[in-house]
Amino acid sequence: MMKGFLKKFLFIIGVFLAAGFSLAPFLWFVLSAFKDQTQITAIPPQWLPSFSMESFSSAVTRYGIIHYLLNSAIVAGSATVVTITLGTVAGYALARLPRRWAQIILMGILACAMFPQIAIVGPIWRFLRFMGWLNTYQGLIFPYVALTLPLAVWILALFFREMPEELEAAALVDGCTRLGSLVRVIVPLSAPGLFTAAILSFIYAWNEFFLALLIMTDPARQTMPVGIALFQGEHTIPWGEIAAASFITTAPLIFMVLLFQRRIVTGLSAGAIKG
Amino acid sequence: MASLQLKGISKRFGDVVALSNINLSIDDGEFCVLLGPSGCGKSTLLQIVAGLTSQDEGSVLVNNQPIDHLSPRDRDVAMVFQSYALYPHMTVAQNLGFGLRMRGIHKDMIWKRITEAANLLGIHDLLKRRPRELSGGQRQRVAMGRALVRRPQLFLLDEPLSNLDAMLRINVRLELMRLHKQIQGTILYVTHDQVEAMTLGDKVVIMRDGSIHQIDRPETIYDRPADTFVASFIGSPAMNLFQGNLIRAKRGFIFQSADFLLNIQDIPPHFAGNTVEIGIRPEDIEIAHGPENALRSKVEIISNVGSEKYIHTRIGSATLTARARKEETFVPGETISLGINPSKLHIFYNGKRM
Repeated sequence: MMKGFLKKFLFIIGVFLAAGFSLAPFLWFVLSAFKDQTQITAIPPQWLPSFSMESFSSAVTRYGIIHYLLNSAIVAGSATVVTITLGTVAGYALARLPRRWAQIILMGILACAMFPQIAIVGPIWRFLRFMGWLNTYQGLIFPYVALTLPLAVWILALFFREMPEELEAAALVDGCTRLGSLVRVIVPLSAPGLFTAAILSFIYAWNEFFLALLIMTDPARQTMPVGIALFQGEHTIPWGEIAAASFITTAPLIFMVLLFQRRIVTGLSAGAIKG
Repeated sequence: MASLQLKGISKRFGDVVALSNINLSIDDGEFCVLLGPSGCGKSTLLQIVAGLTSQDEGSVLVNNQPIDHLSPRDRDVAMVFQSYALYPHMTVAQNLGFGLRMRGIHKDMIWKRITEAANLLGIHDLLKRRPRELSGGQRQRVAMGRALVRRPQLFLLDEPLSNLDAMLRINVRLELMRLHKQIQGTILYVTHDQVEAMTLGDKVVIMRDGSIHQIDRPETIYDRPADTFVASFIGSPAMNLFQGNLIRAKRGFIFQSADFLLNIQDIPPHFAGNTVEIGIRPEDIEIAHGPENALRSKVEIISNVGSEKYIHTRIGSATLTARARKEETFVPGETISLGINPSKLHIFYNGKRM
């Protein structure tokens, strides 16, 4: 009895420590975003903000973050749509191939994802210049798709593999083509897997900094992470605006994850097979 | 509706032979049951007919036309799966109409057919529900309905009753017989349940290890099993089988096993000295007053099934099961005599019926 209680207690402590460790920096910049200029640089540090919107308005008006946001949305959104479309088709094929061969291909895909970015950035840049895609949206969407596809294929292949094959057989006998049975039966039932893959791809593309910095040198095309990094001038670091912009960047992600979390509940496929 | 012919179908998975040289012909409107233990290849055969799996050799013919080159959607067959495979994200009505919708049939026509099938199966109250809100029996009906609305040339049923509980299974079995009478469809039905096979089938195909052992009417399968596998597989409790030698006697033959002797007739003379197996069904054994072939045996176990009793007895090292009327009483350890009518004996040479 006592032992069970102690175990539970330690478990809760552990959870709080882990959550606190990850959330503390996040909490700090959220608080900073709502401070005014003097509070941010106050020594000793001031914990509670005055809830001034000064930094936000300055980030929008002086630093023009709205168009960075728009660029990010276009790039991350398109990359996610392309990744999920390709990932669905590839994942389905790999889910239905003989397992031994599929495993080899999946391993190959995983290996591709393991190249360090610095090793591939040179070829990517030269390729994009050759295509004339530097400083274009597709110039960033294209590498993002390549980089997020492996994970999406993995998630979707493993998810589709769990789908009962009899459902597909039923669709085929009922008059669907292979692609038809994928679109009409498998995809609707795989919503949780698709959302998971989509969220992860989107977060990657939304937050990516390194490639965005190199490929988008034109401020008109820059994405949010690059934009924020370029806030700092030669003599000033506008901490308040950086915090406010970071908050605006992160908020949609958190909102999306919370929104889709409800859909990432499996059990949609209950009832297909005898319960 | 249509006739179905399978010609020399073979299929292997790697080194495993799933089907070897299957030949079968089913008439228009016939109810044909594939019966065999699990892993005998009967489901694979059904998938080949549906076009879901391709055979290595042989040909599938519908109305004498080969359909091997056709994809499942072009074969005009409907299938009922063991798991029912209802689309979980669709209502019952959408499930029923899916096949018609995929074939571009007009909406009003689809609705008419859905209503018809729903009335036939008594599921019109469920049309708006989703599969997860249905009981096992209701799901089974929806799966049947999905096949019925299509009005296909051929119905393929893969163990459709095995997920139902025993009571329900008997009811649905009866309904299935009624339904078949009504729609006169050609049905290929896979099961491992011999009662289903015997009650439903116009024709029963006994399979094991990828090959066919016997194709016959259910009565013939039971009364004249083609080999020892069919003899032991069909019938519950199983047929008693004994191995022994044939010895010439004054009149006919004597069967000599390690444990007993038995008179046998109707065997060609040149079989003398050969080793054979004889079989006798429990209901063909008379207890207590044996006429010609009286065997003395010891009662070991009595299993009472209510309507009758099965007496498991021992003769030397051999065991034998006999049926008794429910009024009769026996005590374990008691010695009884068993009468076996020679005309009821099944005799197998090299495993095949003589």
